[in-house]
Amino acid sequence: MKYYDKLIFELSRPGRKGYQLPENAYGTDALASLPESLMRSERPELPEVSELDVVRHYTNLSSKNFGVDTGFYPLGSCTMKYNPKINEEIAAMPEFTELHPLQDEASVQGALELYYNLQQALANIAGLAEFTLNPYAGAHGELTGLMVMRQYHKSRGDHKRTKVIVPDSAHGTNPASAMVAGLEVVEVKSKPNGSIDVEDLKPLLDDTVAGIMMTNPNTLGMFETEIVEIAKLVHNAGGLLYYDGANLNPMLGKVRPGDMGFDIMHINLHKTFSTPHGGGGPGSGPVGVAKHLIDLLPSPHVAKDENGRFYIEHNGENRLGSVSAFLGNFGVMMKAYAYILSLGKENIRNVGPMATLNANYIKESLKDDYLLPISGVCKHEFVFDGLKDKSTGVTTLNVAKRLLDYGFHAPTIYFPLLFHESMMIEPTETESLETLDEFIDVMHQVAKEARENPDMVKGAPHTTLISHPDETSAAKKPILSYKQMKQNA
Amino acid sequence: MLCWMRLHMKNFAKMSNRYMPHTDGDIRKMLDRIGVSSVDDLYGDVPAEVIFKEDYALPSAMSEIELRRYFEELGAKNQRLKVFAGGGVYDHYSPSVVPHLLSRSEFYTAYTPYQPEISQGTLQYIFEYQSMISELTGMESTNASMYDGATAAAETMFMMVASAKKKNRVLLSSTLSDNVKRVILTYAKFHEVDITEIPERDGVTDLSALKELLGGGDVAGVILPTPNKYGIIEDFTGVADEIHASKGYLAIYADPSALAVLRTPAEWGADIACGDGQTLGMPMHFGGPYLGFISCKSAMLRKMPGRVVGATKDASGKRCYVLTLQAREQHIRREKATSNICSNQSLMALYATIYLSLMGDNGLREVNALACDGAHYLCDKLVASGKFHLAFNKPFLKEFTLKTDIDVEALNKKLLKAGIMGPLNLGNGLVEFAVTEKRTKEDIDQLITLILEEA
Repeated sequence: MKYYDKLIFELSRPGRKGYQLPENAYGTDALASLPESLMRSERPELPEVSELDVVRHYTNLSSKNFGVDTGFYPLGSCTMKYNPKINEEIAAMPEFTELHPLQDEASVQGALELYYNLQQALANIAGLAEFTLNPYAGAHGELTGLMVMRQYHKSRGDHKRTKVIVPDSAHGTNPASAMVAGLEVVEVKSKPNGSIDVEDLKPLLDDTVAGIMMTNPNTLGMFETEIVEIAKLVHNAGGLLYYDGANLNPMLGKVRPGDMGFDIMHINLHKTFSTPHGGGGPGSGPVGVAKHLIDLLPSPHVAKDENGRFYIEHNGENRLGSVSAFLGNFGVMMKAYAYILSLGKENIRNVGPMATLNANYIKESLKDDYLLPISGVCKHEFVFDGLKDKSTGVTTLNVAKRLLDYGFHAPTIYFPLLFHESMMIEPTETESLETLDEFIDVMHQVAKEARENPDMVKGAPHTTLISHPDETSAAKKPILSYKQMKQNA
Repeated sequence: MLCWMRLHMKNFAKMSNRYMPHTDGDIRKMLDRIGVSSVDDLYGDVPAEVIFKEDYALPSAMSEIELRRYFEELGAKNQRLKVFAGGGVYDHYSPSVVPHLLSRSEFYTAYTPYQPEISQGTLQYIFEYQSMISELTGMESTNASMYDGATAAAETMFMMVASAKKKNRVLLSSTLSDNVKRVILTYAKFHEVDITEIPERDGVTDLSALKELLGGGDVAGVILPTPNKYGIIEDFTGVADEIHASKGYLAIYADPSALAVLRTPAEWGADIACGDGQTLGMPMHFGGPYLGFISCKSAMLRKMPGRVVGATKDASGKRCYVLTLQAREQHIRREKATSNICSNQSLMALYATIYLSLMGDNGLREVNALACDGAHYLCDKLVASGKFHLAFNKPFLKEFTLKTDIDVEALNKKLLKAGIMGPLNLGNGLVEFAVTEKRTKEDIDQLITLILEEA
């Protein structure tokens, strides 16, 4: 296939069109009668292209992308599991897509039932009392959860709790969400094995602490074995525990965050519950809470009355407010619920164990060539600190780019920040042994290449459509639109 | 084999699932490589007291056949209506090309384009999306999209506060949609931003009240809507100058579809435009997914939240696209980031891009013309009946507000029986109708007949 390099704007020809609308049956021109001063003076420069132009253009663009359906995507912390196709079909059913969010409740009972059932299912899976499905993404869930945390302390008249403890290994969204929620971040150090240092935590727990944000397993994929002790300490100090659900996948079937002592958590439906990442979204980040926090959740919320009718609850005096215009990304929820029903109570038990098995298998198979900073059993993911042999100068970035040549997506690189050459690998439970073995073979091959021909690896990728884009000048002189591109030409 | 499973994998009720490929032999081989004897051993570090031993309170696994049946039964409990209401979500037409192209799994099963070499598809459509939204808003820079219009407006509030040094007050027009205001207020409450509502007069922002509020000198920014929550196209002549004179910023919350014809935020002199992309043909889908957009003047670019895609060249000089200006973002700046957002509504940005490619300026103009003519037709007929009056005598596009004495709740129940979503009940006898290009003149005539026989 020849290299395709056009922008849709460059296909545009004046007078061409890609739409057909019904004839205007009103015989009026109401637009023309609107005051001139309220109308735009220059027309927007949008493409004028035929329908086939559009179809070919975006089909060509799609071929320049790599998705889970293309190949193995071991992107740590992102849980790039298979996205079942039936879920896409279900979410596209017009009985749901054509519902207006403000329709009379009587006319959306099926949608509300689904929404309610998902709230309940997630609560059961998480070991918590109630969920809100309003948040649109993981980071949005974090923000909402931290708002719940603050609202809890405020509602008790405890206004001095303005700090939140975040481990130094946390996802970048944790401190950022805390900032947006108006909380001050206090960092707690990790021990050499990546776990929270309980002795370092203790002195931080005073009466200004609203709570702690953790993910378990942590971002190194290691289970925080002292979680029960940590929960006790935080609760005794009057704080709440927030669970970052980004790493929930290995816990499915094994451990429920609520049972570990967490009071609030978010779930990334686009990670643990198989909804597609969509190139960066739409996701969904439901937030669950323990019993004593139910009344604080945002509105709207879906409830069921004694007659089995579903209805939307809006304001309660304690509710923290709204974080979404309507009920959230309903289309994404449909896919997640279809996935939960496909797994059923039986198979959901295997998700965590199989994801964990896959991660450990890769880890043990590659630790001869890659530096494993923390030994022992990991959960769904683990981190290498680059190649074991540092003498070649081949970096984690080089290895990641070389993997692209072999048809694999790269792992998450340079995160967590605890190591200089972090390479975070998460295979998920949906990958077969054959795929894992192919990946292992290629990783060994790259290590061999690094020893034998380091410059070749440093020059990777070699086979991709583009290589070594100039990111420095992109940031120095941003060109963010076609118009700016033409001005710069 | 079964015997082995019982020995080592007691918890494995059913080992066969179409989404998990391992055979018993695979598992054995992998356990051997790891050097443990059972999958349970991989959880040996988890305190026994937190291991979940009960059954999940979930249904048993469903086959595709059962799953389809289940959702069909649920779907049958919903009613698909002829929608004559808006309130921020409009029943616009989606060309069939859009969902077809969105179902290319190279698009929808990809993640954030962190590896530009194998993500040029995503990066390029985001670049095209940014270009098109910038054309509609008239602004120089647009980000890769936000969650929805309301959260985009909340982030816009933060952007203005961060840009206006040492000022912490943001003014919202009373005529901004309530569900957008609610989200802004929530974000503001926790981030300790002072929000003051500018009162409305005769259905539009009270500009003399705005002037007075600006007099305090402590206003970081102002958010005004176009069209507003009553459907009215407000006149903001001179407003930007006054706000800028008091060293504040102006943001306009806009319907991007309507911006094909309406005076743009840039033309009003705004510094930021934000809003919800649902009107760009997106299915209503019971509230989402849609997208939020933020566009701004270049001067504010580095305060803008979210992802941004920029054009550049690769080592061989080929034009290509990368995520850029990432130094603003949470994964680099952590608690000093401009926002905690870590994603965009990427696939919905693709939706908007394909929609706008198909429609072009002329198509979007036709969409607006059909909706505008339909809305005026309906409005005129209802007013002519004498049962409805114009709540405000102001220009509108596809949505309008009338005053009536009839029992709106009873009317809407009756319309529902006829398969129609009637007007939104704003209270105090105010009702709000919306018409899109999907409603025919016959639909409108039917609606009028039903309404007037009620009254």
